[in-house]
Amino acid sequence: MLQLLPVAILGAVLGLDVVSFPQAMISRPVVAATLGGTLIGESSSGLLVGAILELIALETLPFGASRYPEWGSAAVVGGVIFGSHAAHPAGAMTLAVLSALATTWVGGWTMVQLRKLNARWAGKRRDALEAGARGSVVSLQLIGMTADLARGFVLTAIAYALLAPLAAFCIGRWSIDARLSRSMVVGVAASVAGGAAWKLFHSTNGARWLFLGGLAVGLFMLFAQ
Amino acid sequence: MSGPSGSSARRLPLGTRAAIFLRLLAIQGSWNYESLLGNGVGFCIEPALRLLPGGVHGPAFKSALARESRYFNAHPYLAAIAVGALARAELDGEAPERIERFRTALCGPLGSVGDRLVWAGWLPLCSLASLAIFGLGASTVTVVAFFLVAYNAGHFALRVWGLETGWRHGLRVAASLGNPVLRRGPQEIGRLAAVATGVAIPLALGRVIGPGRSLMGIVLVAVTLGSIAIVRLQRRIEGWRLSLFVLALFVLISVIH
Repeated sequence: MLQLLPVAILGAVLGLDVVSFPQAMISRPVVAATLGGTLIGESSSGLLVGAILELIALETLPFGASRYPEWGSAAVVGGVIFGSHAAHPAGAMTLAVLSALATTWVGGWTMVQLRKLNARWAGKRRDALEAGARGSVVSLQLIGMTADLARGFVLTAIAYALLAPLAAFCIGRWSIDARLSRSMVVGVAASVAGGAAWKLFHSTNGARWLFLGGLAVGLFMLFAQ
Repeated sequence: MSGPSGSSARRLPLGTRAAIFLRLLAIQGSWNYESLLGNGVGFCIEPALRLLPGGVHGPAFKSALARESRYFNAHPYLAAIAVGALARAELDGEAPERIERFRTALCGPLGSVGDRLVWAGWLPLCSLASLAIFGLGASTVTVVAFFLVAYNAGHFALRVWGLETGWRHGLRVAASLGNPVLRRGPQEIGRLAAVATGVAIPLALGRVIGPGRSLMGIVLVAVTLGSIAIVRLQRRIEGWRLSLFVLALFVLISVIH
């Protein structure tokens, strides 16, 4: 639990990247979970979880006003939880991914609440905004970003504080074989990625054949390794 | 005030340009369900509006800032085109009604083109390519650096191009939306992403499952069936929520067993 503060700060910064600033995609799971793992000296563990979450995140792209999960803070939680079990005992990966998914769900809800709050703050300044008051335009923007940073901090801190001990408890009672557990979690993630890719690219000319060609290359490389 | 035709050589000071660009990175800072990007657009244009006669205390500044902070919707990266064009229009002294009409007309195209090009194209392509590199056994630094450099090369290039193009063309910027990258880009990126999907999924599976791949064939079949199920169920439940329930059930079975 000594890690709580740095983990929450990292979650806050990466949560801010999702929408508010700078949207450079440091909040994507492949980056965020790796940074989470790096924070506790387990960058490769973070990358493993990050890759699984990235497969799932392919389905949830940040289209405009739609409600989507918040991956930045959530992937940090997943990366740190998996990295905390450096020997990768059976169930650790499943629980890290599940923790991140639960956090991302709540994170999506907190983003909706923040957007409502932003609207309320803008409403309170309506007259000033209509009068072209520079201070109101700038302060509204800064308040929104500060609130988003605080949102990510609180979300990450609560999620990590609750889910890390729960994950450790479940790992202690895990009864299914480690490789089977890993296969299950990555299989579920890859299924989501496959479905997401289909939804995104099936209307593109020739995409089916290109996908099959890529799959043949991927399988060849996999079995040639 | 100079008219639009007489101001083609107008230059935006470097400091103002840099301030606008930095603010563009925070354009969604106060995103909300009422004005959407509106306040963000006003926030980004504000450094340029300081150049209006009378400065920040002048009536021209105040009326322009009020106008630019109203409802606006666009893809956050392509909003740079709007910001550049609107800054130019305000400094050129275009009629407010013309600027309002232009803002309204620009919302739809900048949203849909950006969504298709970036969210449904460039981002998944970079993500899948980094997963393929991960599957090939690349180091942590290589995977993360590849993703960030590749994605942000496109991201920053788009924002810089958008701001420059918007500023150069002002209210006549609509023709720039016919740029081949914006018009044909989503289709071409979609093709590359389809190949990347095929390459990345088996390789990523292989690296996570690890050595001794007796399970690999079964997992590949299960993934194929799972993907089909997710496509079929797409109107009822999103894949990520489904995976949350499936994994929660798996944990319960393993812990209670």
